[in-house]
Amino acid sequence: MLTVHHLTKTFGAVLALSEVSFAVKTGEVMTVIGPSGCGKSTLLSIIAGLDTPDSGDVHWNDQSLAGAPTHERGFGLMFQDYALFPHMSAGDNVAFGLSGNDKHRTASEILERVGLAGFEKRDVQTLSGGEQQRVALARALAPRPRLLMLDEPLGALDRALREQLTGELRALLREFGQTAIYVTHDQQEAFGIADTVMVMNGGRVEQTGNPESVYRCPANEWVRRFLGPGRLIEGRVERGADGEIGISTTIGTWPLPPHEWSAPIGGEIILLLRAEGVRKK
Amino acid sequence: MDGDCGEVRSQKTEVSNQKSEGKSQRSEGGVSDFRLLTSIAIILFFVVFYFYPMAAIIGRGVSPAMLDTLADADTWRIVGFTCWQAALSTLLTLAVGLPGAYLVARYTFRGQSLLRALTAVPFVMPTLVVAAGFNALIGKRGWINLLLASLRLPTPALTHSLAAILLAHIFYNTTIVIRLVGDYWSHLDPRLAQAARTLGANRLRAFAAVTLPLLSPALLAAALLVFIFDFTSFGVVLVLGGPRFATLEVEIYRQTFAFFDLPAAAALSLLQLACTFALTLIYTRLSARLSAPANLRSTEFTQKPLHTLRRKLAAAIIVAGLFALLLSPLAALGARSVTRLEAERGQRGEIQRGLTLDYYRALFDNERGEAFFVSPIAALGNSIRYALITVMLSLLLGIPTAWALATPSPVGAVSTAEGRGGGLLESLILLPLGTSAITLGLGFLLAFNRAPLNLRASPLLIPLAHTLIAFPFVVRTLLPTWRSIRPQWRRAAATLGASPAKVWRRIDLPIIGRAAIVAAAFAFAISLGEFGATALLTRPELPTAAVAIYSFIGKPGALNFGRALAMSVLLMIATASSILLIEKLRIKGVAEF
Repeated sequence: MLTVHHLTKTFGAVLALSEVSFAVKTGEVMTVIGPSGCGKSTLLSIIAGLDTPDSGDVHWNDQSLAGAPTHERGFGLMFQDYALFPHMSAGDNVAFGLSGNDKHRTASEILERVGLAGFEKRDVQTLSGGEQQRVALARALAPRPRLLMLDEPLGALDRALREQLTGELRALLREFGQTAIYVTHDQQEAFGIADTVMVMNGGRVEQTGNPESVYRCPANEWVRRFLGPGRLIEGRVERGADGEIGISTTIGTWPLPPHEWSAPIGGEIILLLRAEGVRKK
Repeated sequence: MDGDCGEVRSQKTEVSNQKSEGKSQRSEGGVSDFRLLTSIAIILFFVVFYFYPMAAIIGRGVSPAMLDTLADADTWRIVGFTCWQAALSTLLTLAVGLPGAYLVARYTFRGQSLLRALTAVPFVMPTLVVAAGFNALIGKRGWINLLLASLRLPTPALTHSLAAILLAHIFYNTTIVIRLVGDYWSHLDPRLAQAARTLGANRLRAFAAVTLPLLSPALLAAALLVFIFDFTSFGVVLVLGGPRFATLEVEIYRQTFAFFDLPAAAALSLLQLACTFALTLIYTRLSARLSAPANLRSTEFTQKPLHTLRRKLAAAIIVAGLFALLLSPLAALGARSVTRLEAERGQRGEIQRGLTLDYYRALFDNERGEAFFVSPIAALGNSIRYALITVMLSLLLGIPTAWALATPSPVGAVSTAEGRGGGLLESLILLPLGTSAITLGLGFLLAFNRAPLNLRASPLLIPLAHTLIAFPFVVRTLLPTWRSIRPQWRRAAATLGASPAKVWRRIDLPIIGRAAIVAAAFAFAISLGEFGATALLTRPELPTAAVAIYSFIGKPGALNFGRALAMSVLLMIATASSILLIEKLRIKGVAEF
């Protein structure tokens, strides 16, 4: 399990991370979502050991990783622009993190798993964006890292390809049982892939939770705005005539959200109404 | 509404954190200390082997006699001729090179890669080899004269003329026009000229009003570079021009060797330095503008196959013309070096005409009364030894320089001293480019011929001069490659479990290694063919191949001429092999000049 404790990092006068803490359980996929410049990439760099925090600490299974060099951490990182080695073939790129006599066979197997069977000898510079993305993913998965971090892995691709690959990526991460942190600025990707979603803004964690709860119950005004347009309606928690607890507003009474939460009966509440949540009866 | 955000809190582990910070700062500090030391070492090398010789020239040149030299009408006649022949050569080179540039920029055709390989030929071909080649083609004993003589036609002496100088300059620099202008042109958007056509402009006007202005940065840069090369041309003018013609470069050499007038030579060198530095500065400014062309387009988009028969024919003529220009002197040289056409002095009996390897055999003779104490073939051995030392020295100097310039300094660790060091390093690359070979040679001659640093007898003297000449090429080969290694690649390797040593071995080394081999081949070819500085620094018992060619070509007798040609062929083969290596390993898109 990865635990991150109070990470703070500044670049000159810019606060990149401020007291960031969270945990990722083994086998879990967490997405980090936020606007560009919110500190997502810095966070990954620090966890990977490519950068050092001003304060705070990163632990794996309750052991501090401070001072451990990147290559000894066993954390994989898939870069936003893939960072494929241009002087190596696709197969050699994937085999880079492997060792032993059968590393090229393993590399071929993984290439096949990502849908690139027979691509071993291809020059990575001649591959399409989607193919490069798959090679990068295969390369990051190949050494079976205890934690895989993906920095906007679909960011450079067009919309249609992105939607297709989001599904494939989720299936692949599940299949490998891969513990992962997935950074994106795209909500659809973030909510489609995650067990847990963490929303970041200006180096701070705004909200952490399962996708459903974050989407339906934004923790604050900023998260609500970031997650998309919707109208706020004031209401009050009331027990209706039939004994059900609901939220009474000027446009009618609404059922409570499905997950557990607490608000006393009679309490003031703000409801978020999104277009896709409205259905005609 | 309140969300259900769970937060994991835990004790801050300050101790281990501080430890990691300290470690990282130490390693960054180590890198920047090393960079500073490296910069100081490189600058020190330049102080001793560049600034000190230049100071020696100033010390000898700045004297009352300098005023005499500068007031001399002869001096200004020579400056005038230097400029005039350079300007004329440049214009002719542009005229010859532009059709070729257009062809490679706008069309795809069979034989294109062969043409490209061919245009690499003159780039580092030694001046003496080229001079010998033109001698074999149009000289007194060259093929054209032999043909005319056999037809009982008058045989004009084409060597020892301005025409021969111009021809050799065109041979050398057409390549530059084709590559520099052609590459730039190939990325210009053809739709701009097409738009002009749809607005009613005819072909000529579309070219003059749209294409030409867009092309002008490349044209200017190419013209200026060609002008600089023609301005500082030495071996070609000396051998093909003969005694009647003198550029500044040749005059400095003659003042030094024929008249032993070192103050006059030094004064002329200062004049030459002023000219070349001004030209190099302008060129650097221009080529900086070249690196950001407007409307950059991929060649897939700008090039098309040759469709019509007329175009195919025109292309064939251009390609054939270029092949003739670039290959005929070298082919003439090769053929003439194995052909006996006249009697030897003192040879009795029937003259044996026909093929012969006598000229090559004669390279192994060490006759009495020769200018050398060694056999001519030993001169080639000297050249190769010097070239190998030059390769070592220039990599030893060039790799750290490229490293210091390419590796970005860690954020916040840039001290002012280091910043200044970096700027100084950048400009050091320009110094040897802005210094002609003869000037450098004269500086070495004046500086290292006496205490405190007497290197006159050192076998390192010539390789040191060659190292300075090769240095800009070595750094310019290494630097773009080193800069092309993105830090992401090293970071990606680390996240895949590669230790710093493995990162260096698997990422940096394979990429730099290729460029280092190219740089080494460059240094090797440059040293092998260098004649200007060598002519001033050579010693009779250790001649180089180029010096031997010069000495044979100027002597009477068919055997001496044949030896010059045979030696030239050997030197040509040695140089051509290193050019082939460069072409094979050259990484696409890396700057050439």
